[in-house]
Amino acid sequence: MSIDESTAARVAKLARIRVADDALPALAGEFNTILGFIEQLNEVDVEGVEPMTGVTPMRLKQRQDVVTDGNQQDKVLANAPDAREGFFAVPKVME
Amino acid sequence: MASDLNKLGLAEARDALRKGTVTSVELTEACLSAIETSDALNAFVHKTPEIALERARAADARIKAGDAPAMCGLPIGIKDLFCTQGVPSQAGSRILEGFLPQYESTVSQQLADAGAVMLGKLNMDEFAMGSSNETSVYGAAVSPWRRSESETALTPGGSSGGSAAAVAADLCLAATGTDTGGSIRQPAAFTGTVGIKPTYGRCSRWGVVAFASSLDQAGPMTKSVRDAAIMLGAMAGHDPKDSTSMDIPVPDFEAMLTGDIKGKKIGIPKEYRIEGTPDEIETLWADGAAMLKAAGAEIVDISLPHTKYALPAYYVIAPAEASSNLARYDGVRYGHRATLEAGDGITEMYEKTRAEGFGHEVQRRVMIGTYVLSAGFYDAYYNRARKVRTLIKKDFEDAFAQGVDAILTPATPSSAFGLGEMGQTDPVQMYLNDVFTVTVNLAGLPGIAVPAGLDHQGLPLGLQLIGRPWEEGDLLNTAYALEQAAGFVAKPGKWW
Repeated sequence: MSIDESTAARVAKLARIRVADDALPALAGEFNTILGFIEQLNEVDVEGVEPMTGVTPMRLKQRQDVVTDGNQQDKVLANAPDAREGFFAVPKVME
Repeated sequence: MASDLNKLGLAEARDALRKGTVTSVELTEACLSAIETSDALNAFVHKTPEIALERARAADARIKAGDAPAMCGLPIGIKDLFCTQGVPSQAGSRILEGFLPQYESTVSQQLADAGAVMLGKLNMDEFAMGSSNETSVYGAAVSPWRRSESETALTPGGSSGGSAAAVAADLCLAATGTDTGGSIRQPAAFTGTVGIKPTYGRCSRWGVVAFASSLDQAGPMTKSVRDAAIMLGAMAGHDPKDSTSMDIPVPDFEAMLTGDIKGKKIGIPKEYRIEGTPDEIETLWADGAAMLKAAGAEIVDISLPHTKYALPAYYVIAPAEASSNLARYDGVRYGHRATLEAGDGITEMYEKTRAEGFGHEVQRRVMIGTYVLSAGFYDAYYNRARKVRTLIKKDFEDAFAQGVDAILTPATPSSAFGLGEMGQTDPVQMYLNDVFTVTVNLAGLPGIAVPAGLDHQGLPLGLQLIGRPWEEGDLLNTAYALEQAAGFVAKPGKWW
């Protein structure tokens, strides 16, 4: 599997990271190096093997379905780059 | 003595505090002075002297009142990955510049509750992605060690490079680290210090900035195995806020350090003999096995057949989890937001913010993770890697089922390399640093790096011991026996 510039651009878009056009060839090259390394996994016989979901066998704990905290609007907004009137502010989302 | 108090380990300092021959304020001041003159190491990136002295005074009062828990009054450094309330916690990234957590991580809270004194935050690779500390927004931490007759700046390893440099240079008595693929054990090995990654689920991940959630574990980085036992006891334990944290008792690890390993079965995995490993590391490994044998252990050859596939599996699973975890850095709720141009909408905000906020290695891994999870490749890459992970874990289970108590391996494929010497053109070259450690994360096991000797350049080399799940006490005891036999006492000569 070889990644070309347009695939690299598509992946950057999916990851929401802006990559300048002139940086795409080098990026595609790095992807190919890493994916080439990963391709070794194709040598392994994984027939009938379950994919791991959790490394430590355990049952997730349950708790009472009750509110355990809240009323922390000021703390939630304390680190916001732009907070106004108790909300996060962002550029216009809908046209 | 007063000027050398920062050189103490946790156990010695604790005993002196309890005897009343030293105060926490004196210990803390000694560390703060050492930190002040050590900017060349770039280990402490956010210093908190006021918090440190306030906690030291409180600890002295507690000790006086007869209430001195394990870590009471002991000055330590905290890796920048741990959220510390009101204190910058950037995970070594530009994207978290200015972020002041409104809460404290469970591990750092437990340490504070046990009386530990926080000196400040320690340098690290950005989001713990790196093996040399060079991906940090703060610039690389520098090892206090140098090759003999050389002034080349060396890496303290990564990602917990600041922690390793600070402990090795006696800027603190011990430090917290985290380990996703080797980030505690490799820097410990590079700096002649001790680092243990506990069993996955032993320490809470709550409040630790997430990299790869199924692999991340916190652990102590210390000057001795005894210190690691003391500090791990304070860090470990069930936390309802981390659903993967195991609800089992934390034993008294220190009390388990008898040094008696008679009859223990130590496995030597043949797959860890890798072409290109320097002879002196092979020799050190054989010497380590001989030392454990002399202490009464039985040495057995074992096979972990899927070892070769651990790194490739890791470089699917870890980036996949990272791409998901790091989706939260969107410029909305905390951290950096790019300056926008007229007409820019929400997508431009995301894309510009993440391009400016993430460094190159983090961007690369987020994109690799995005790719292996994307439609059409999920089965070929991600599911296949998870199946290989199952097989890697089974390799260890088979070895343990044969009665093996611990596995001895080299900790790293080389001693510390120079800053800028590795992986400039080929990222995979840097990834190979974790070849001996990453299997342990994939299998969720405890692993410890113990300093065992110096190479021909005068640089530390470490050995790794891997234990059964939840048996950190037994593992620490084997490490203690190895430490006693190896008798590693070298310290870096002060140049900084």
